[in-house]
Amino acid sequence: MTPELLEAGARARERLAQLPVPGLSGGRAASYGRVVQPGVLDTTHGPILYLDDITVSFDGFKALNALSLAIEAGELRCIIGPNGAGKTTMMDVITGKTRPDAGQAYFGSTIDLLRLDEPGVARVGIGRKFQKPSVFEQLTVFENLELALAGDRRALAAALHRLNGTQRDRIAEVLLLIHLKDEAQRLAGLLSHGQKQWLEIGMLLMQDPRLLLLDEPVAGMTDEETERTAELFLSLEGGHSLVVVEHDMSFIHALTKDNPKKKVTVLHEGHVLAEGSLAEVQANEQVVEVYLGR
Amino acid sequence: MSAVLTSPSRPSAQLMTPKTWSGVMAATLAVAVLAPVLNLMVPEGSAFHLSDYAVGLIAKIMCYAICALAMDLIWGYAGILSLGHGLFFALGGYAMGMYLMRQIGSDGQYKSEMPDFMVFLNWKEFPWHWALSDSFVAQMALVVLAPGLLAFVFGYFAFRSRIKGVYFSIITQALTFAAMLLFFRNETGFGGNNGFTDFKRILGHPIATPSMRMTLFVITGLTLIGAFVGARWLMGTKFGRVLQAIRDAEGRTMFIGYDPVAYKLAIWTLSAVLCGIAGALYVPQVGIINPSEMSPAAGIEIAIWAAVGGRGTLIGPIVGAFFVNGAKSWFTQAFPEFWLYFLGVLFIAVTLFLPNGIIGLWRQLRARLGGKGRA
Repeated sequence: MTPELLEAGARARERLAQLPVPGLSGGRAASYGRVVQPGVLDTTHGPILYLDDITVSFDGFKALNALSLAIEAGELRCIIGPNGAGKTTMMDVITGKTRPDAGQAYFGSTIDLLRLDEPGVARVGIGRKFQKPSVFEQLTVFENLELALAGDRRALAAALHRLNGTQRDRIAEVLLLIHLKDEAQRLAGLLSHGQKQWLEIGMLLMQDPRLLLLDEPVAGMTDEETERTAELFLSLEGGHSLVVVEHDMSFIHALTKDNPKKKVTVLHEGHVLAEGSLAEVQANEQVVEVYLGR
Repeated sequence: MSAVLTSPSRPSAQLMTPKTWSGVMAATLAVAVLAPVLNLMVPEGSAFHLSDYAVGLIAKIMCYAICALAMDLIWGYAGILSLGHGLFFALGGYAMGMYLMRQIGSDGQYKSEMPDFMVFLNWKEFPWHWALSDSFVAQMALVVLAPGLLAFVFGYFAFRSRIKGVYFSIITQALTFAAMLLFFRNETGFGGNNGFTDFKRILGHPIATPSMRMTLFVITGLTLIGAFVGARWLMGTKFGRVLQAIRDAEGRTMFIGYDPVAYKLAIWTLSAVLCGIAGALYVPQVGIINPSEMSPAAGIEIAIWAAVGGRGTLIGPIVGAFFVNGAKSWFTQAFPEFWLYFLGVLFIAVTLFLPNGIIGLWRQLRARLGGKGRA
């Protein structure tokens, strides 16, 4: 074989390997004989998050009852459900805060989430936004983003850390995106509620996670801010996977209007009550019953 | 955008402002040049003479200031209130004290190679933990290692078990109380309730001479200044900001991937070591170390210095140590029976009215005056 052909072959192979194949199982990369790399996310089989039969009980009350859920790589999944349906508990299980009594949780097909603690889960590429905005109030907006910036999390590395040009650019970029450029040197504690929500989303972006878990991200935002948030999330879809837990139906509408077939999951009493497009879910009798009361 | 790109993350991104640097320089000059000249060269009758009493008092307070600084690192920046820092101070002091006891040689009451308290107890040979006590280097290593190791092991289990807030404070207090009871016992080999005293020499030189007193004073002052600059540097790095992040929202810090245990453990151990060094400097200058340094009250006092001066400011706790101890030395002469009441009132007043301490008040006043000046 001529050298040119060899090189062309190598290039094609490289390109194939880099192709994102969200939602597609198989392809060359999924064949037998791949090496399992510990701690490296592997989504060649499709799902980025896989929960199976998760049960969590608090003093006999089952917050999650045999919950099974799969999120595809690149998917934006909305999860709705009445209060106490187990949405926040589900996030606690995924992020290592709560250990389930039974079940499995995998990130990609190789990373067992139940073996990791909170920082470990964050380091493999899962970012979480809390229901109540949680930012570092005594630090400036800039410093909040700096801390969230992806990088070495060890103490010694932090003592010797210096921001380089690329990282400063990245922070500036996110500051623009979350509309906090002029507030960069203000203490985060002085921001308005909506701005804090945005800052927290910005911190998630700095982490550059593969999967974002967003717990009621638009609570307390104005209509305009809500709209901008929806746009931002839609722009992240594909490159990142997102799980959005929300009560606000107009926000769910905004997130699903580009693709009416986009899946929405309804949780109720700790398990999945219905799954399907928004229209299907809204037409589901059980869902109507749960939401409108018996 | 360019403003964001070029401006430092905060004004103190450089280690210190020129003004702070000149303050540090002035302090260094005062400690290393001015004080020796005024004490040793200016004749005693002169108005500029620095009395031996003042040298001793300032040196003692500088040791306390190092403790207050160590307390600020852990309490002001990481939000962990320790009531056991007296223990680390005492461990450093005892390590130094053991060496000083060996330096007495056979000049003690009983003219024996053994320290007096061991002769009194009828001990014929040194217990195992005194094995290296006649080596200055070994004991100086112990000054760092004893508090450092204890803090590391204790901190590892406490932080890993996620013990926080008031529970942590209570456990540290219990720890120092338990250690005090242990050191009170004669058979532990630390001189019981009398501790160590009656020191004669250090490194072969007599300890009670004016020049030795001045040497120790200068070393203490430079240690305090060095510790301040070092702490200032460390808290200005990302490490310091992660600590503040843990203090303000530990959950958030974990969910962006930082392991709080490692950070808390690092600053906790560093703080303990700093306290140990302060203790080692304290003992030869004050001439005594006994278990009362480990009493819970001593640990609380360190916290009071930090709170009065202003937590999370580094300079504040140093100011606080000087203010409270200066007041103490005056008060205990003028109204000896009222000192503890005054200390209590001071602590309550600061907590209620000056959450940021003396430094916070100073900054507030300056901001107000500055605002008026501009208007």
